[in-house]
Amino acid sequence: MRKDYSSWSLFTKGLRHNEGWDPAWRSAEPKPSYDVVIVGAGGHGLATAYYLAKDHGVRNIAVLEKGYLGGGNTARNTTIVRSNYLWDEAALLYEHALKLWEGLTEDLNFNVMFSQRGVFNLGHTLQDMRDIERRVNANNLDGIDAMVLDAAEVKRRIPILDTSKSARYPVLGASFQPRGGVARHDAVAWGFARAASKYGVDIIENCEVIGMDIANGRIAGLETTRGTIRSERVGCVASGHSSVLAKMAGIRMPIESHPLQAFVSESMKPVLDTVVMSNAVHGYASQSDKGELVIGAGIDHYTSYTQRGSPHIIEHTAAAIIELFPMFSRVRMNRQWGGIVDTTPDACPIISKTKVKGLYFNCGWGTGGFKATPGSGNVFAHTIAHDDPHPLNRAFDLARFSTGHLIDEHGAAGVAH
Amino acid sequence: MFVLFCPHCGEKREEEEFGYGGEAFIPRPATPEALDDEAWGDYLFMRKNPKGWHWEMWSHNTGCRKFFVVKRNTATNAIAGSWTLAEGRKAYDAEGGST
Repeated sequence: MRKDYSSWSLFTKGLRHNEGWDPAWRSAEPKPSYDVVIVGAGGHGLATAYYLAKDHGVRNIAVLEKGYLGGGNTARNTTIVRSNYLWDEAALLYEHALKLWEGLTEDLNFNVMFSQRGVFNLGHTLQDMRDIERRVNANNLDGIDAMVLDAAEVKRRIPILDTSKSARYPVLGASFQPRGGVARHDAVAWGFARAASKYGVDIIENCEVIGMDIANGRIAGLETTRGTIRSERVGCVASGHSSVLAKMAGIRMPIESHPLQAFVSESMKPVLDTVVMSNAVHGYASQSDKGELVIGAGIDHYTSYTQRGSPHIIEHTAAAIIELFPMFSRVRMNRQWGGIVDTTPDACPIISKTKVKGLYFNCGWGTGGFKATPGSGNVFAHTIAHDDPHPLNRAFDLARFSTGHLIDEHGAAGVAH
Repeated sequence: MFVLFCPHCGEKREEEEFGYGGEAFIPRPATPEALDDEAWGDYLFMRKNPKGWHWEMWSHNTGCRKFFVVKRNTATNAIAGSWTLAEGRKAYDAEGGST
């Protein structure tokens, strides 16, 4: 059993030149069979394994990862956490996640650097402001903190934002969620991996699923690049590659995989102490604790599994950020990358049983999955443990694409994630 | 940045001139009223989204404004060619309509 991190352990290890720290998690060899296998060791998959072990008493769990732990979208996003969605189903799911975020560092005994610095969603037109008022009212009815701010108040809180009347897209106001913020994405993967590993969860890297053994409508096991693994319950949490896994099971998914690009600047002194998003000019930015501006925008329009996108998207993103913050025009960008996001027609996730008994999918988070990481794992663990959805993810069933009960966040909050 | 060949204009142009039209050759059911909800949902929402060769539509938005078909590998972004819808359908059927 690994020892908990504490100020005392930091102090005593420090006296010994920080030698003798245990590895944070145990890298395991695959066993022939498990009670539950999770495919995908990103934040959502590791969180699922953690809550399965902690809340539902399942001990014999493996998490398979085709690359390395947290090497996919978990470490490729812009780390924004918020829950100000329009529709009840989505808002309550993301609020469930936000409440877990608030206690996550203590719960995992790992500092995920969750910083509730607030999230602004800017309005640039009268219609933007009407939509913002509607969304804020809906949030308040769901017990979610949100408020409408006018342009003067936005300017007071974000001095470097261009709120002049002469701007091409003048800022008329914003919605503000004070409890929103950012978290350290790597730490989320490491923290969940460490906490799950403590419960005996096997984390198996470099193990790609290449086939599924399905008999009589039940999942019986997985073919992997490291041999056959038997399990009667399999949860797939593979974001951009969900369609590839679903195809192995003969399931069609309403998912298209797109590249989503982001970039960070060189480190600077603190200039932006909150998160700013704008649907109208279509960009979002925050400043990391290292001082880098973290910037993102929209997806590349074509489907692709290559973790890169087209340069003109970067140009549009930069143009949007400079429209909001003219002083950033001379900031140099350090790194740029792409991740593969699994978009659905209604910009809401699928956390669902499937027609194959014992096979579950948690996918379709599209451009906004990071903020849901603990909540997603929490309700998906419940779904797998009980073979029945948690009340919070019942509406996110795959069947909604035939019943027509879509949760259309695309029109509400689906653009800037 | 892709450089796509528009078979209508007969020219290669940069990606910004084009709009993405998604998976190609999804036929509208001939008798929608005869379908059950699952089959109709499948037509509306379900997509192949393959990792590999993908037949897809593009429209030449700032050129001739016509749709055409491209066969592109989504794992590498390699492009095999462009066709008009009718010619593309023939090529697609000739390879068995897979992927």
